Amino acid sequence: MAAAPVTVYGPPLSAAVSRVLACLLEKDVPFQLVPFNIIKGEHKKPDYLKIQPFGQVPAFQDESITLFESRAIARYVCDKYANQGTKGLFGTNPLEKASIDQWVEAEGQSFNPPISVLLFQLAFAPRMKIKQDENLIQENETKLAKVLDVYDKTLGESKYLAGDDFTLADLSHLPSTHYLLNSTDRGELFMSRKNVERWWGEISGRESWKKVVEMQKSPPPRRA
Amino acid sequence: MGIKVQGHPLSPAAQRVMLCLAEKNLDYEFVSVDLTAGQHKKEPFISINPFGQVPGFEDGDLKLFESRAMTRYISQAYADKGTPLISKDLKKMAIIGVWLEVEALKFDAAGHSLSFEILIKPILGMSTDEALIEPLQGQLASVLDVYEARLAESKYLGGDEFSLADLHHIPIVNNLMKTKVKSLFEQRPHVKAWCDEILARPAWKKVLEGARV
Repeated sequence: MAAAPVTVYGPPLSAAVSRVLACLLEKDVPFQLVPFNIIKGEHKKPDYLKIQPFGQVPAFQDESITLFESRAIARYVCDKYANQGTKGLFGTNPLEKASIDQWVEAEGQSFNPPISVLLFQLAFAPRMKIKQDENLIQENETKLAKVLDVYDKTLGESKYLAGDDFTLADLSHLPSTHYLLNSTDRGELFMSRKNVERWWGEISGRESWKKVVEMQKSPPPRRA
Repeated sequence: MGIKVQGHPLSPAAQRVMLCLAEKNLDYEFVSVDLTAGQHKKEPFISINPFGQVPGFEDGDLKLFESRAMTRYISQAYADKGTPLISKDLKKMAIIGVWLEVEALKFDAAGHSLSFEILIKPILGMSTDEALIEPLQGQLASVLDVYEARLAESKYLGGDEFSLADLHHIPIVNNLMKTKVKSLFEQRPHVKAWCDEILARPAWKKVLEGARV
């Protein structure tokens, strides 16, 4: 049996990995997932570092090309498989692309930093028996709230972030938001903002995201 | 009509956009935004950037925020003008795309904070938080170790040619070279050679001349 040309390395529970998986599913691209045992430090081994020099997940292979950084991988998948799956995922012309890009950048620059700190402090620190930093939690809640105020205003004017169609801009937000809502008690940040709540209902209800959530719940397959 | 950039001439994000326009030999109007008067938090600026941050960008009816979305747009829309900054080859563009993310999410995190703490805060009459400097330098050093290995195999970050991935670094590298942090760059020979090259580009000199207020 020929191996699928597209391979993703990393555990589906990782936000960055699941960002890539959601994109591949939206674009109907068959792929194989090589789940990593992060606890065993597989992502820090020399063979892996050759394809991901920062020792992080995911890494991605498509035929002869190797990539890392989930948002770069997602853009590539959208460009290469433009004519299949959700066609407008990364726009169909340069103007649409630019409008989507600004929100993908905003997600990486303004949304991701505070939500990542909150997820670490609220969901991971307790599990790792690390003391929570209340100041850091306050500070980042405030930052995230300000960003979500902007989102709420935008989503009052358009159905999705970059316009009236679901795009990479919305998809990029799925993994961390899902965690915050399901693994912490700070869901109110999203649910108290009517337009954000409506938007979350729509984007998390997509088939592709439901499949990713299923993959996150399944135990990792034993490697042959 | 035409291209308009709104921001502060010394802001690295605004410089990133102006540098891209200079590399592409494009004319544009630069509008200074009065940050002290909170101009960036009100209309009409807020319609361009709902986050109330500079810079803002317009090209005809298109309005954009996030400097890196602006430069991507300029590089694509004006692909046949001036220096090619992206690639039409899917695989080459994918590699450039990887290093664009590395700059945005790894290099900038430490680089921008160091530039702000050491250079900008004193200008604003604030004092540098010395406790932040060492960990930030450590963070930057780890990133530069990866860059050193990359630049040993590849002339530029994104491949054999200068691209947007290298361009995005220039404003912050320029700032850091004026501080003690420059030793982190100078200790790594491939990184040093790359810095010297990219800072010497005529388009960058043009931006610096324009920034002399």
